[in-house]
Amino acid sequence: MTARFAPGDRVRVRWAHPPGHIRTPYYVRGKTGVIERICGSFRNPEELAYARDGQPVRPLYRVHFDQGTLWPDDQGRANDGVEVEIFEHWLEPAGAAKEGGT
Amino acid sequence: MSDPGRGHHDMGGLPAGPVERGEHDYALWEKRVDALLMLLSDKTRDLVRVDELRRGIEQLGSGAYDELSYYERWIASITGVLLGKGVFTSDELGRKMAEVEARAAGDRT
Amino acid sequence: MSDTGQHSHDHAPRPDQDGPLTYYQAMETAVRELLIEKGVVTAEEVRAAVEAMDARSPAQGARVVARAWSDPAFKARLLEDGSAACAELGIDMGPTHLVVVENGEKLHNVIVCTLCSCYPRFLIGLPPDWYKARAYRSRVVREPRAVLGEFGTEIPDDWEVRVHDSTADMRYMVLPRRPAGTEGWSEDQLAELVTRDCMIGVTLPKSP
Repeated sequence: MTARFAPGDRVRVRWAHPPGHIRTPYYVRGKTGVIERICGSFRNPEELAYARDGQPVRPLYRVHFDQGTLWPDDQGRANDGVEVEIFEHWLEPAGAAKEGGT
Repeated sequence: MSDPGRGHHDMGGLPAGPVERGEHDYALWEKRVDALLMLLSDKTRDLVRVDELRRGIEQLGSGAYDELSYYERWIASITGVLLGKGVFTSDELGRKMAEVEARAAGDRT
Repeated sequence: MSDTGQHSHDHAPRPDQDGPLTYYQAMETAVRELLIEKGVVTAEEVRAAVEAMDARSPAQGARVVARAWSDPAFKARLLEDGSAACAELGIDMGPTHLVVVENGEKLHNVIVCTLCSCYPRFLIGLPPDWYKARAYRSRVVREPRAVLGEFGTEIPDDWEVRVHDSTADMRYMVLPRRPAGTEGWSEDQLAELVTRDCMIGVTLPKSP
């Protein structure tokens, strides 16, 4: 499966809250980060969790977020960062929508 | 009130107390729970996927999630998945648990 | 500096074999026996899986770190494909996709799983209790320096602290920096400096 994003691309995590087994942590939803690497393609955990086959496999990325982006109210060090694995269907190009989240 | 769209297991960034660094050695029964998951999730069996285990744990509810120990959550979830797939029935499990408990009580007297 | 990472003999074992069987312990035994009766698993397989887990320990990871400190070509392969490089040392990584993150001149890495307890268990064994508990999982992504401080680890202000949240299929290990004053040391000597906690990233290696 062809990956939609490449390392260095700015992406926004979708602001969504479906029920089910979701591996996109709440604290990055609606936040903007940068693709650090493509991990490969993996079965979809949201489907595997319900005993289905998780096919087709989906690209999985590591996305880098600045601490200042994740916790704008903190007196954090913008230099510090968090990297999170996120499946492609949770990502959209940054700039495509207004920044969501709280 | 917490956001209903946030799972109670999804805790990154929430306030919490200091890290308590005491550790315990895993007990045999805990290792066996771990071993069962390793076996049931392997390629040949593929009966309990890791994501099914996690979903079951997440669905225990916030009370059980915080009150049960780590491997108590695991065996509760593994059991739920196996029941859901008909590997055994609740009746079989209930009878077997009673037998196990009776055996343990006998051992102590 | 803590070295709790490699010594567990002084931790109190959780009392469980002496007291009355708990509900969940009875469930474990009952489920295991039913699975054996139905031919899904064998008692021997369960025993072997427990033994395999017991055999995995931070010493395996320490060996990998010491080799990386000693052999630049191995380190390059480790950073490129962690699982393949560990397999070179005869370590069975099972299904693990290992990503090794290297501490740098002004970069400190630390790993967590905020959603559950993902951990490089095939490489360094089962995680410590605190790794799976609320305080660490909640706080380390938001205030990593405060959490590191609770482990006695102070990272200079002008360094980057980078937290790796294992949310999906990758597992992480931190490759610490080789301590100064270890020139000419053998891999066995170097491995002695490598603790479980420094491979999680909450501490630094022991000083020589």
